[in-house]
Amino acid sequence: MALITCREAALGYDNGIVVSGLNFSVEAGDYLCVVGENGSGKSTLIKGLLRLKTPVLGEIVMGDGLKPNEIGYLPQQSAAQKDFPASVFEVVLSGRQSKGGFRPFYSKKDKAVAMENMEKLGIAHLKNYCYRELSGGQQQRALLARALCATEKLLLLDEPVAGLDPLATREMYEMIRQLNQNQKLTVIMVSHDIRSAVEYADHILHLGNQQLFFGTTGDYLRTDLAKRFLGGERRV
Amino acid sequence: MFDVIFEMMSYTFLVRAVIVGFLVSLCASLLGVSLVLKRYSMIGDGLSHVGFGALAVATALNLAPFTVSIPVVVAAAFLLLRLSESSKIKGDSAIALISTSSLAFGVLFLSVTTGMNTDVCNYLFGSILAMSRADVRLSIVLCVLVLVLFILFYHKIFAVTFDETFSRAVGTRAGIYNMLLAILTAITIVLGMRMMGAMLISALIIFPALTAMRLCKRFKTVVIFSAVSSVLCFMIGITLSYWYSLPTGASVVAVNLAALVACSFISWVKGGLQK
Repeated sequence: MALITCREAALGYDNGIVVSGLNFSVEAGDYLCVVGENGSGKSTLIKGLLRLKTPVLGEIVMGDGLKPNEIGYLPQQSAAQKDFPASVFEVVLSGRQSKGGFRPFYSKKDKAVAMENMEKLGIAHLKNYCYRELSGGQQQRALLARALCATEKLLLLDEPVAGLDPLATREMYEMIRQLNQNQKLTVIMVSHDIRSAVEYADHILHLGNQQLFFGTTGDYLRTDLAKRFLGGERRV
Repeated sequence: MFDVIFEMMSYTFLVRAVIVGFLVSLCASLLGVSLVLKRYSMIGDGLSHVGFGALAVATALNLAPFTVSIPVVVAAAFLLLRLSESSKIKGDSAIALISTSSLAFGVLFLSVTTGMNTDVCNYLFGSILAMSRADVRLSIVLCVLVLVLFILFYHKIFAVTFDETFSRAVGTRAGIYNMLLAILTAITIVLGMRMMGAMLISALIIFPALTAMRLCKRFKTVVIFSAVSSVLCFMIGITLSYWYSLPTGASVVAVNLAALVACSFISWVKGGLQK
């Protein structure tokens, strides 16, 4: 069974449906990229996948023993976070917040997992650094390490390269690719950057307030939709 | 110096004020770190104005001040949190509306019943004589409660303060922790309000956190530094106010401001040296 299956799902707010006709499934080990313009329903889909929003129609089902709070989520950074006085370790460790139930403090195991994930992403030496003093790329890695602390199966990344310089962007994409290939983590990434999406992801979901395309990247590149979007970017 | 402290301790009302002030400034500084970082500082200010309204009504009707104002201010905390989370009404203007309305309501109520007398001035700017024995007992119990809850939920409060969206995504019920924060703040404000004054109490929430953030780089050290600085500033403030016969609330705020300026200066010098 797939990790996540959407069947005829529609998501929206009080004043109307934002995105509808969602029919797709994500298998373990997939690297799915969700693309589409602003307001096409990408953020709403993320809320649906995180169970912060229930579908208006249809259903979103989790399979393979995936629990809703086992999704490693990398949200977009808020302005308040950028100057937050916290050490990298404190931030990464907070990825374990729902693992302890009602236990008020973190266990040795929680701390070990946090350290391990920081080493995996090459930020172990930044452990005691202040989060606000890191570069954009390092901050993003700290948040990715936090996401890894929350999951062993699925990463959900919301615009992971927003605001990064070209070098940091490349490093971030490579890191995500490695997590997908070496750690066998399933990745769902929401992105504006359609060019990198087709370069790295093996599946594409294209939204435009409804599902315009879902399938493998190879099939996507042969559609008129992809030609229009990729071509359109070239002109810009 | 010690002579002054011993002399102060010989007055029962001062001992009461010191005990309550110590606990309130401790609680306020801990909660303040989260409130300031969450951009909720104005909630503290709004709640103190609501507290003034409730206190005015309680006094006019001859009711026990805490038993009226604590529930009212806690209810206002619920309301303010709802308003600042709703996207339809902008949080800051909603807080301004509620705080000025309660202030106006309190003043109207007082002028119709007891008249505008020195009591009003005491409510607004604080009075060291305000604490009765029963008040002190209630303050100690509630402050200990605030401290225990803060320590028990420290990691959750950090997580929700740093990133509410992520917390919700991994199944932490962020709404409950926001509520907890607002309720604890409401209680702290009511307890400290009569001594510090409705106009000045929110300084105890905002100043220590800002002072600590000038120098500290980890959340835990920010919290600890903020607590220590808050308690120290209170002690220095109340001693100065006794020595020079100054109003207590204003003295404490002035000392807090001095600490903030000093720490900003140190951080500026440190920044300069690093470059």
